[in-house]
Amino acid sequence: MTPEEQAEFTRRRKARNYVVAGTLLFFVVLFYAITIVRMGD
Amino acid sequence: MSMDATTTSTASGTPMPTEWRDFFTLTKPRVMTLVIFTAICGVLAAPGSIHPVLGFTAILAISMGAGGSAVLNMWWEADIDAGMKRTMNRPLPGGRMRREDARDFGIFLSAVSVALMGVAIGWLAAALLALAIVYYAVIYTMWLKPRTPQNIVIGGGAGAFPPMIGWIAVTGEVTAMPILLFAIIFFWTPPHFWALALFVQSDYAKVGIPMLPVVAGEKPTRRQIWWYTLGLTPIAIAPWAIGGTSWIYGMTAVTLSALFMWLAWPVGQRMRAEVDTMLPEKKLFKFSIYYLFALFAALVLDRVAAYQGWIA
Repeated sequence: MTPEEQAEFTRRRKARNYVVAGTLLFFVVLFYAITIVRMGD
Repeated sequence: MSMDATTTSTASGTPMPTEWRDFFTLTKPRVMTLVIFTAICGVLAAPGSIHPVLGFTAILAISMGAGGSAVLNMWWEADIDAGMKRTMNRPLPGGRMRREDARDFGIFLSAVSVALMGVAIGWLAAALLALAIVYYAVIYTMWLKPRTPQNIVIGGGAGAFPPMIGWIAVTGEVTAMPILLFAIIFFWTPPHFWALALFVQSDYAKVGIPMLPVVAGEKPTRRQIWWYTLGLTPIAIAPWAIGGTSWIYGMTAVTLSALFMWLAWPVGQRMRAEVDTMLPEKKLFKFSIYYLFALFAALVLDRVAAYQGWIA
């Protein structure tokens, strides 16, 4: 792998990790909110 | 989808991780805007109240379900997409992603959307969402689209689910109103899409998809545009006629439907001239988009005004 390819590889993987982390965090918050709302029903 | 989802895209053949944007592209974000809009309208227009968090979750689940089935559609049609100019640069035919990753992503999104709807909202809405996904990904994409020139009519059924599911997410029961919302989009889709198909040259014939203008010809397509428009009119007015809405929606539906028919009539009657700007078809297509947005916006306005006590 050339240095350019290595840099691109790292960039793509990092970007995807951020998206996955953000999505997971979003769902943690969402499920917390859903639980609170449903408990109040 | 494996977490190390890769595709060989470098010159040296080194595996490279798929861009997250390509996963997003697979969900057909532009189609999603209509899904989200009509789902929101279904949630807002339904009688009764839903907590904003749950309303948001219902719309999210519908959107994820639509996204999941769109991904499965792109996975199944990768070879077809590769043969058409408009679609050949999508992530799969473009070689930026492995097929099995797209398939797994589609199944994952679909499954999560149904589970989310079931757990947070209710299992009736979840079952309908599952039905909508199977309808689009299996019945339409895999089975009927390559087999019948009525594929647009069948595909329209898939697009018709979101407002119905949104409504049922609030009420928890299937009544006449959500079925009418389904029927409106179902009847609206053929004139909308076939008007476009008349003035846009597509490669569908090249890849063996039997689109009506190609298989049956221009005249039957034009005739069917007119008949579906005629069928749409009483269905669009029906929510008012059965007492499900007030005059705000009723007057809007009557006016918009009259305009729709007025624009569809010349499209249904005429034939393409040798040199033709296809203006009536372009006008009808453009108007059909405004029609659907305005009709659903009027429905929401009507219902919100009624629930707030602004009108009788």
